[in-house]
Order: sequence, then structure tokens, then C-alpha cells
Amino acid sequence: MVELVAKSAGDGLLPVTIGKLSLTEEVPTALTSLMPFKGGAAALEAALGAGLPGPGESGAAAGGRVLWFGQNQYMLVGGAAEGLGDAAAVTDQSDAWVVVRLEGEGCEDVLARLVPLDLRPQVFAEGRTARTELMHMMSSVTRVGPQAFMIMVFRSMAATLVHDLKTAMQGVTARR
Amino acid sequence: MRITCPICGERDRREFYYKSAAVALERPDPEAGDGVWNDYLHLRENPAGVTRELWYHETGCSAWLVVTRNTVSHEILDAVLASEARA
Ligand SMILES: [Zn+2]
Repeated sequence: MVELVAKSAGDGLLPVTIGKLSLTEEVPTALTSLMPFKGGAAALEAALGAGLPGPGESGAAAGGRVLWFGQNQYMLVGGAAEGLGDAAAVTDQSDAWVVVRLEGEGCEDVLARLVPLDLRPQVFAEGRTARTELMHMMSSVTRVGPQAFMIMVFRSMAATLVHDLKTAMQGVTARR
Repeated sequence: MRITCPICGERDRREFYYKSAAVALERPDPEAGDGVWNDYLHLRENPAGVTRELWYHETGCSAWLVVTRNTVSHEILDAVLASEARA
């Protein structure tokens, strides 16, 4: 039997540090999409032990972070998805997305070059999340700290994501 | 140009995909006859002014919207969920 070595989506691409900005890969224990069955939202909340986040919101649940991920769609980042299948369609997406963390002073300025959202802290506070466009890629952007964002795109676009973020980080750093 | 998605709020036009005039919500009866179906499939108004269109919040929440827009001033007058506009 061949011994296969698991590689993360950002393998060989990260980490990158430019000036005061850093870009690192996050490898959550699991990514699980949750779509509550008709009338199943309350049962899913009971199974999660937490309320489902409204549009643009995220919160702690089941030992991980649950993101609003579209109409009637949630993404559990990390955590344990066991026992949720009675209330929702549960799909393992662990290998489908690349997850990166952009951190440091000016991280909003970096994303402002790539994403058509108002990401200033007074508008997009910690815990806020959005499905949006990042240089023509479908993406998920969440503020996870005062100067930190979690960014997700489809795994096949990992190299493009890192390239675009790196270019923007260089641009912002060069203008300090 | 910005569109206020009923779910996501005010968002940049780049997140949306334009389909066509909102006639797709008024699909004729299968037995309505060739003339009615010909109109439905092929004939469109081309107004200089207010028009109702279908837009898709493609990279946002994936909702289909009925957007009322002025083609002359580019003003967005209204945006509602297509699922509700139809009901
Ligand atoms: Zn939307």
C-alpha cells in the first residue's frame, strides 16, 4: 500500500510576511457545511448548542466557529459536526477550501484593493462575515481580530489567492 | 453602482450578475399558444427609463433579485427577492 502524505491547500505557498503584514495558512480540523432541513433550524440550534448566526454574522458553536454562509447555509469551521445530521444536510468540505489569515496594521487597506466591501472596524466589526468577490473569486471574509481577517476561497484557487494578497500587501507596505 | 440586497444590504455591482428583464417570472401557461410563447421567449421592451430586471447576487448570498432600475439615470429604485416578487 502506497503511503500518501496529506498536503494542505496552501502547502509551499505560505507563510508570507511583508512589512507589518503577515499571511498564514489556517488548517481547521474540519470544514462542514450545514443546511437546515425545512423547519429544522431550531433542532440544529439545539444540536449545536448555539443560535444560528444571521446574515453577515458568525459565532462560536460546537467547539468551532459557525459562519453565515449564504441563504439557509452555514459553515462550521473546526469543531465537531457529530449529531447534526438529523436537523440539517451536513457536508464535509474540509478539503474544498483554502483558509488563510491576514494579520497586521493595514490589513483593511490590503483587502480594500481586492474586495468591494466596507471593512472599516466601525462597519465590519470582529465576528462580522461576508460572502463576497475577491478579484473575481467567490470568497468568504470574516474579521477574526482587531487587525486580522480569515479569508476562504475554493482550494483550486489557493495560488491565485496568495498571489493577489501578496501583491496587495506589497503595494500597501511600499506606500507607508 | 450599488444594489441593496434584501439579505446582505448595500453591495457593489461587481458581486451581481445581470440576467434579463424580469419577464421570466411571468412564464405563460404551456397551452397558451405559439404567439404568446414567441413573445415570451423572443420579444423584449427596450425602455429608456424604468425597467424591472433579474439580478443574481452571485458572489454574495446567491439570491435572485428583481431590481427596478432607471436605464437613463442608472438609479436603482428597488430590489426585492425574486421568490417574494413572484408570490
Ligand atoms: Zn445578497
